[in-house]
Order: sequence, then structure tokens, then C-alpha cells
Amino acid sequence: MSVAELARHEPPGVPRARMMLQRAHWAATAFARYDNERVWRIVEAVAERAYADAEEFGEWAVRETGMGVAEHKRVKNELCSKGIVEAYRGQDFAGPRIDASRKLLELPHPAGVVFALAPSTNPVSTINFKILLSLMTRNAIVVSPHPLARECCVEAARRLAAAAVRAGAPDGAVQVVEEPTIPLIESLMADETTDVILATGGTAVVRAAYRSGNPAIGVGPGNVPALVDATADLAAAARKLIDSKAFDNSILCTNESVAIVEESVAAVFAKELQKAGGHVLDETEVEQVRERLFPAGRIRLDLLGKDASALAAAAELRVPQGTRVLVAPFALAVPEEPLAREKLFPLLGLVTVPDVQRGIQTAQAVLRIGGAGHSAVIHSRNPRAIMAYGVAVPVLRVAVNVGGSTGSAGFDTALAPSMTIGTGFYGRSSVAENLEPAHLVQWTRVAYASDRSVPFDEFEGIDPWSALPDARAAVTRASANGDATDPRDADLVREEIRRIVVEELRELVGR
Amino acid sequence: MYDYGFFSYSSKEDMLERSRAFWNPNKTDFWQESGIDLVIDRREGYLFWDMDGRRLIDIHLNGGTYNLGHRNPELIATLEQAMQRFDIGNHHFPALARTALAEALVATCAPNMRRVIYGSGGGEAIDIAIKTARHTRGCRKIVSIAKAYHGHTGLAVGTGDDRFSKLFLADRPDEFVQVPFNDLEAMEEALRGRDVAAVIMETIPATYGFPLPEPGYLRAVKDLCERYDALYIADEVQTGLMRTGEMWGIAKAGVEPDILVIGKGITGGLYPIACVVVSEECSGWLKEDGFGHISTGGGAELGCVVALKVIEICGRPEVRSMVHYISDRFQSGLRAIQDLYPDWLVGIRQDGVVIGLEFDHPTGAKLVMKHLYANGVWAIFSTLDPRVLQYKPGILLGPELVDEILDRTEVAVAAAYAEVFRTPSRRLVTA
Ligand SMILES: Cc1ncc(COP(=O)(O)O)c(C=O)c1O
Repeated sequence: MSVAELARHEPPGVPRARMMLQRAHWAATAFARYDNERVWRIVEAVAERAYADAEEFGEWAVRETGMGVAEHKRVKNELCSKGIVEAYRGQDFAGPRIDASRKLLELPHPAGVVFALAPSTNPVSTINFKILLSLMTRNAIVVSPHPLARECCVEAARRLAAAAVRAGAPDGAVQVVEEPTIPLIESLMADETTDVILATGGTAVVRAAYRSGNPAIGVGPGNVPALVDATADLAAAARKLIDSKAFDNSILCTNESVAIVEESVAAVFAKELQKAGGHVLDETEVEQVRERLFPAGRIRLDLLGKDASALAAAAELRVPQGTRVLVAPFALAVPEEPLAREKLFPLLGLVTVPDVQRGIQTAQAVLRIGGAGHSAVIHSRNPRAIMAYGVAVPVLRVAVNVGGSTGSAGFDTALAPSMTIGTGFYGRSSVAENLEPAHLVQWTRVAYASDRSVPFDEFEGIDPWSALPDARAAVTRASANGDATDPRDADLVREEIRRIVVEELRELVGR
Repeated sequence: MYDYGFFSYSSKEDMLERSRAFWNPNKTDFWQESGIDLVIDRREGYLFWDMDGRRLIDIHLNGGTYNLGHRNPELIATLEQAMQRFDIGNHHFPALARTALAEALVATCAPNMRRVIYGSGGGEAIDIAIKTARHTRGCRKIVSIAKAYHGHTGLAVGTGDDRFSKLFLADRPDEFVQVPFNDLEAMEEALRGRDVAAVIMETIPATYGFPLPEPGYLRAVKDLCERYDALYIADEVQTGLMRTGEMWGIAKAGVEPDILVIGKGITGGLYPIACVVVSEECSGWLKEDGFGHISTGGGAELGCVVALKVIEICGRPEVRSMVHYISDRFQSGLRAIQDLYPDWLVGIRQDGVVIGLEFDHPTGAKLVMKHLYANGVWAIFSTLDPRVLQYKPGILLGPELVDEILDRTEVAVAAAYAEVFRTPSRRLVTA
């Protein structure tokens, strides 16, 4: 297809958005030369801004998307601002690494232009998270919000962009697509100026990211099994499950989908669930839930991120005051069972199993339906059970005796605190870990001969970009818009160089 | 066989021969003699290919015509879409696209600007500007800058170098006064008689090699115009459309012109029109006798639709940002070349991506042009000061192409240096 034909078929807004990528590309070339101190000055300022606005955007996101709990979104926004910065403060993704023992010098290279998608479920927290990760690693980023959360995301990204530039980031280092559409996003994902795509969202968008031809870090959906065995502290387990399931009305991929409980403790556990704010449904109620919340077997999208009382009302159920989670027992985790699928609202499936081994099989069955590679939870005090569960269940992180919502996202475990959960090969993704800054920077490895007689060199104290004078290093904006230095100085220097060069030339010609 | 579908040539020689025979023998030969055997074939972005297949980077851009690149896909798409409904329109009637563009253009200008008059090219637009000034002021004299260039139409040619006016017996020294650039005394002298209709100025004189106005000079000229009742015509044909980092270069100088002339890049090299934006005061004839200037192709509506898109693109914040990055990179890259050849590349004149490179040789720029051409870059010397190369990169360049241009420039500068000074180039010596 010719350029003209391509353009004619381009969806509206695409050419302008391509220009954002080009601007980001320029910004990235400048950003790549920043040292770690300048980088962190920017990161801290941006995190500060995001933290200060956490509450406002928590409320805004709920208002705009109709999903989740403002207060919990505030917490997520805070975790994804100061929380993230605290997790990585002191780290250096900009300076050389010297390993004298292996005679290796490693030099960091940012990806360049990051094209990042944010989902409607965790809109602003994801925006904060991806922007901060990009800035830590000296990448320019163009974020594209989910259309359902467009307004809050655009405003949040704009504010962070302004804060970044004010703190010294290159102009255009943070930009936001203001009118995202699916064809537009697909064009930007495939654009040759995009260096890496960070795709968080539905399966369709993640698959599109991988199809784009550009490097992509996309993560699949979750469908989290939570095994509660007979050794578990049942009261604590129930509390954590309910808290996690109620958190932000379940509108995160790490929240528990199906609790699997050993038969011997099932009755006690059900009572504990009830105490913690769960309402365990009887058979007719479960049938009502299936019918009303999953008409024709499909989850009702209008109920995503709504609270338990809204779900109860929709299912025409009477539930006790203070119910935070509906708990729906069912027998068999199979594809046609809607209760066995990912439920982004506070409805928890409950399966009772004779023993841990059957519990593991049920967890596997749950993950066959969806969520492979994502996350699982176990409440247990038996290391053998934990080990067996960890190896048999096809996920890449298991949260132990904590709620999945924050545990798998790394906010109260040693996992990397993240809004983007790598689902690895199981989940058709290129990353297995929680997304972290290291994913956005690659290293040139400068390697010496291993031969013992070959010495390594001393690199300590050499700044990569000023190791030699660089002719084309971008002059600062200040000098481009009116010289900050005295031009007479520059003239003197030039005069001097001129003299030396002329002398050199004379020598050469004379020879 | 070179078969282009619409026409064909058996060889490049055949093409050049027929060019001499049927088009312009002297111009055809001039380029062959200058070592530029260019016949432009395919074009795309900031690249074009000679008919022999050689790839060249265009940093001449026809004086900014291809500011947004050759065959910019957005502009092509716009034009194609426009053709589904419009043609050039009828120049006598109120017209949809002409009016829409006029409104958009006025919005980009200083607040004193009111209306737009259309021509089909820059020269005609300059003629319109001069006619408008004369009508407004009721006198004939026009003051311009010696070595200025405003086009070759009837009145415009009078403002320029007499090489072009004398050729056609069109020089009228009594009506067209010229003063040196950056010389306020001479300007005041020319205006003192209060018989001048307008001063016409390129914001940075292109064909003269982009000598930069001294700080405050343009502002002071405008003040003199006000003192002596002359109008100020800003020729923004080459300095407009973000090339200096602002939509109109004259705004950077803090001058509100009475008349502003726009051409070249406004239609991206696809469907040429030119525009004259005028103040209320200069709108007189448009109310008195609107048929005063007639031009069938002036403001052709297809061109107007493209121009609207050009204005929209140039107004994007992304573009503003990129112009800064691009000019920063050229600034540091060109300085580095100058540091290698300080006695050869003796001056860098730069405002945004409007750049003149001054070489210490009476025809230095022609030599560098030749070597640039041999090294895959097309840039043109300044006709009216052949020491200076016009170096006019586009405003949508990426860092890779900028670096490539700078690499090629360094080699060409070195080769030209070697040719002039008959020494091995520094680059070859040090390599
Ligand atoms: C500054 C300036 N004004 C006016 C013109 C005339 O434009 P045109 O060639 O479209 O008549 C030119 C053309 O080079 C120019 O550079």
C-alpha cells in the first residue's frame, strides 16, 4: 500500500498520535543521557504530585468508571506513587555497573519510547505506575487510557507530565493520548517509533500488542484460586480473603476468584467467612446469582466493580447488613460454571474438597478456565502443602497467608510492587515477574577476555556520556533559547580551537 | 527506458536534452555545470531520488515548501478527500474553503490582523501586498532590503536584485528603493520623506543567505514605519510555519506587521496557493472594490483545504517541541563541524531550522553544495551571496536523519575545504 493509501485508511487521530511518538523519541534521546541524580529528582517530584492527588483521582476514577471504591483507589494511587518510589529509591538504572571480578562493564540503555495502556479497572494507579517506572529508567512514555477512564487518566497524566518537566525531564517525556480508540491504539502499537508496549487490559488488547510486531510486555487476565487447608488459621484466612475480595470491589486481577476449602474445616471456615463480612449463599440463592448476575452464562458488565449490596440487589437477594462479599458455593470447576470464572466484583466462589491434593486439582481446574500464569493464594501452615501447591498450580506467584489483591501485587510481600502482573509463558506473556523498572532498561555488556593475563580497566568515576567530549550532545534548552553563558566566552574558546587547528594543519601541510 | 506512465525518456541524457530543447536551456545547463545532475524522481518525506536511483536528503525544501516533508501523508489524504467534493472553486463568489482558511489564518496572527487575500503563488501575493499598501497609503514608493528576494512577478521583482528586473526592463528605481540590511540609518533616510507606502522585509532574508537581523532591528524598522507613515509588509514565505519555532517568525521579533505574506509551505507542495493577511486599515479596497485584484487560481479551494491542515499540523504542541529538539541538535552538530574547520565554515546563522552556513570563499557555498550533493544531501547556495549555503531542514525530522545529515555535511565540508585549500581534509588525515 502506498503512503497515501495508508494515510487515507488511517483512523482519525492517528497521524497526530504518531507525532506524539516522534516527540517522545526526541525526548528519549535527550533523556538517555541523564545521570541518576537528575533522574531521581524527576521521579521524586512526579511521585510527590501523584501522591498529593491520590484521593482526588480515587474519587474521580470511581465517578467516571462507576467501578471500585474511592477510598481503596486512593490507597492504590498512593502505593503507586510514594510506595513505588520507596521500593526503588537508591537504585540506579542510569549509571554503569562495574564487575571487576568478571571483567564486565555494563552500560544501561533505556527502551526509548514506551507506549503504555492503562485499563479501566485500575486507571490512575496504572498510569502513575507506568509513568514512574519509565522515568526511573529514562524512558519517554506515551500513555493511552482506557476509553471508559479517559478523563481522569488524561488529567492525571497531564499533571504528571507537567511535574516531570518542571523537575527537569526533557520536554515530551510524558504524554497522553487524549482520544483513544481501538484502531488508533493498534496503529500506535505497530508504529516503528514505539520501542516497547506495556499492555495491561483485556486479552484482546494484549494479544494485539504481541501481534503488533513490536516488543511488548503484555499480561493476561487472572482467575485466582485460594486454597484453605486444614492447617490454616481459619479466622485470619477468612478475614484476609474477605478484605481482599472487598478491596476496591474486586476490580483488580489479583483478587481471589474461588476459595477452595478442605472438607474437614469447611463448616468452621464458612462461619469465619460470615463473621468477616461474607454472606454464604444457599442453593436457591446461588441459582438466583447464576441467573441474574450471569444471564446466558455471561457476567453482567454493568456490575463490574460494584459492591456486595448492589450485587445482592441485582440478584434480588436479601443479605445481612454489612455484607461485604457474597460467597457462592458450587461443586465443580468446569468451563460452563460461571462461578468458576474471573469475577471482578465481590462474589467469591467456594468449592469444598476432601483433601489438599484434590484442592490442588481444583485450583488447576480453575486456572484451566482462565488466568493461567497469573496468581494464586494459599492459606496454610504446612510447608509441604505450600510447596506442592506452588509447583502444581500453573501460576507464577503464590501469595501465602495474605490477601491476593495486595499480596500478589507486591504491596505486602517481597514481590515487586506492581500494577502489571507478568503471566509468563503460561499466560502467553514475555515476562514472568511483576513489572518493574528493570524490564524497561537493557544493558550493553562490555566483556574482556577471561584469560587471566588480560587486565581489566579502571572505570570507576567515569561518566559514560562525558567520557569523551561529544559533539552532538543536545545543548540545553536554556542555551537554545538565548545563551545562558556569555557568548564572548564561547568566542574565545572557538578562537583558541581555531588557532590550534590552523597550527596543526600548517604542520601537516609543511610535512 | 524510463517509463513514468504519463511520459517516458530513453535515458537521463535524453531527458536533459529534451529539457534544454523544450524547457530552459540555460537553467538545465547551469546545474550540469555546477556538478548537480539532478532530475528529481520519486519523493517521500525528507527524501527524494534522482531518476538514476540515487537517494538524496532534501534540506532545500524549496525554501520551506516541503517543511512537512514531500508528499506528507496527512496532506495527501486531506487533498484526496477534498477532491471528493471541491475543485478550485469560483474566485468571484464567497467560498467555503477560502473563508474557512482565512478565519484560521487570522487566528494565528497578531490581533491587528483581519482579512486574507489570496494569490496563486508567493510572487503574486507580494504583488497583492504592494498593491494593497499603495492603495492604503496613496503613494507608490516601496522600500526593500538590498539583496532581498520577494519573487519575480510584476511588482515583486522590483523589490529585488536588479539582475532580474533589468533583464525584463522592469526596474523602476524611482518606485523601489533599497537599503542595506541591519542599517537603521539608511532605513530612516529612506522613510524620512514620508512618501513611502511600505517597507517590505523578509524576516530573515533567505536568498541573501539568512543574515540574522540584529536584536531589535525589525522592531526598530517597524517603529520607523510608524513614525513616517509607512506600512510594514512581513514576507513570511520562508520564515513562517514554525520554521523559527513560532508560527510566524515576525512574532518572535515582537512586530505586528500591517501585511503578512504567506506562501510555499502553506500547501505543502501539493496544491499551491499563497495568502496575504491584512489589518483592518489595509482592508480598504476589499470594501471599496473587491474585484480590485482578480486571480482565477488564487486561493484555489483545494489548496485552501490543504492549507487548513498545514496550519493545524504546525500548531500542534508536538511540532513545536520537535522543532526545538531538531534545531538544538543542528546547532551543536554544526558547531562541532565548525570547530574542525574554523577558518572555512566561518559563520553559522541560525534561527530554529532556518540556517545559513557561511564559508570563507567567494563561492564557497556552491562548492559545499556540490560536495553535499555527491554525498547524498541536496541543499542550495544563496543566489545573492554564494558564500552562504542555505541549510533548511524540515520540522518533522527524527534524530536518526538529523545525525545522518550532519555526518554527510561534515564529509562534504571537509571535501570542499580540501578542494579550496588543496590540502587533505582534516577528516581524512585524522581518520
Ligand atoms: C521570501 C520569499 N518571498 C517570495 C517568494 C516568491 O514566491 P513564489 O516563488 O511562490 O512566487 C519567495 C520564493 O523563493 C521567497 O523566498
